[in-house]
Amino acid sequence: MHEMSLAENILQIVEGAALDQGLQRVTEVRLEIGTLSGVEPEALRLCLEIVFKGSLAEEARVELIEIVGKGWCLSCQTEVTLHALYDPCPQCGKYPVQVTGGSEMRVKDLLAE
Amino acid sequence: MCTVCGCGQGETKIEGQTHVHGSGHAHTHADGTTHSHSHNHEHHHDRPHHYGLGPAHAHAPGLSQARMVRIEQDILGQNNRHAAANRQRFREHGQFAVNLVSSPGSGKTTLLVETIRRLGDTTPLAVIEGDQQTQFDADRIRATGAIALQINTGKGCHLDAHMVGHALDTLDLADDSLVLIENVGNLVCPAAFDLGEAHKVVILSVTEGEDKPLKYPDMFHAADLMLLNKIDLLPHLRFDVARCMEYAHRVNPNLVVIQVSATSGEGLDAWIAWLRHGMEHAQAIRLETVAALKQRVAELEAQLRTT
Ligand SMILES: Nc1nc2c(ncn2[C@@H]2O[C@H](COP(=O)(O)OP(=O)(O)OP(=O)(O)O)[C@@H](O)[C@H]2O)c(=O)[nH]1
Ligand SMILES: [Mg+2]
Ligand SMILES: [Zn+2]
Repeated sequence: MHEMSLAENILQIVEGAALDQGLQRVTEVRLEIGTLSGVEPEALRLCLEIVFKGSLAEEARVELIEIVGKGWCLSCQTEVTLHALYDPCPQCGKYPVQVTGGSEMRVKDLLAE
Repeated sequence: MCTVCGCGQGETKIEGQTHVHGSGHAHTHADGTTHSHSHNHEHHHDRPHHYGLGPAHAHAPGLSQARMVRIEQDILGQNNRHAAANRQRFREHGQFAVNLVSSPGSGKTTLLVETIRRLGDTTPLAVIEGDQQTQFDADRIRATGAIALQINTGKGCHLDAHMVGHALDTLDLADDSLVLIENVGNLVCPAAFDLGEAHKVVILSVTEGEDKPLKYPDMFHAADLMLLNKIDLLPHLRFDVARCMEYAHRVNPNLVVIQVSATSGEGLDAWIAWLRHGMEHAQAIRLETVAALKQRVAELEAQLRTT
């Protein structure tokens, strides 16, 4: 994945909010990352550490909230848990399963002063 | 300036120039408002940007306590806003834009050169070339006589909608043009970055193995058309075309597949027909919009006369 550009985008969102709301220092950043988003959590943490250096979020703790992959199986007509994109339905083994959750990549909130 | 215009990536170069804003352009803000401004500057963002989110300022002066600020923003939201602006622009001008994605060396540039030759110089078109380094691919396109613009992404592994928006400013294309965008050779990252194109076209060459659609499913899922290239080499390889198509359809049941050889020309007629169809469709939408606007103006004029 492209964790570096994601990290840059996250910093931009944080800096935008800081300007908007007059924040001096960000102490925590909470991100919602779906398990089907393709994001490598450890790689993202590493990139954030690099990107946050010298910014108002330099010392921010990063919390990653995992959102479990979910899909709608067209054959079973039920919601099922998905571990990978484009996997078959874990109940009936058929395709396709329409992804209904787990591809999120969002900045949820901040703790800031 | 405007933080939506995320010009933080200082490494991007368009035609060898460090990316500088030279002309006016419109920005769409997170709150949905759009404004245009003309500017000529290296990127500095000096004006606060209003996201319109988060709680009202519960500022108690002198109280420097950590507080929670709600953000709820998509990490790729900014790219998506730029992409929407590009898409709107293509639509207004009847331009048909395709985003060609593949791993390095699958034959994108060779295919584009051959495509341009076959479309002939009566078809208005331009190519936007994305590579980390060098102008080689844009030079290969220009050798055909077509307009090409090179974007170098530096360490960036994909084009983004913002870079493409600037390329469009520079190109200032004619109405009803075909816009061919060759993305950076990479089967992973470009899948996540909408450029505002009508379709992503994934190119897979038979030397890469038939398992690629399953190994890199995001790209095959995001594409609407797959060009299976270098089929002239099939007699020399053990590549199972049927299995490759089955894998591709597993991740994307609606994927259209055209088998081609950019060097022998096999299958290219079908690809050219696909492009021409897309161009006609884009032009038809523009003409419909123009006709609707004209009718509206005529109605308003008639109303004015009767009152
Ligand atoms: N045999 C054969 N070779 C091809 C075909 N298409 C392209 N090639 C060769 O494949 C090599 C790479 O082609 P390019 O067109 O540069 O590939 P590309 O996808 O633009 O590469 P990057 O921009 O570096 O990602 C060149 O040596 C081409 O001559 C084809 O249909 N058949
Ligand atoms: Mg190329
Ligand atoms: Zn099922």
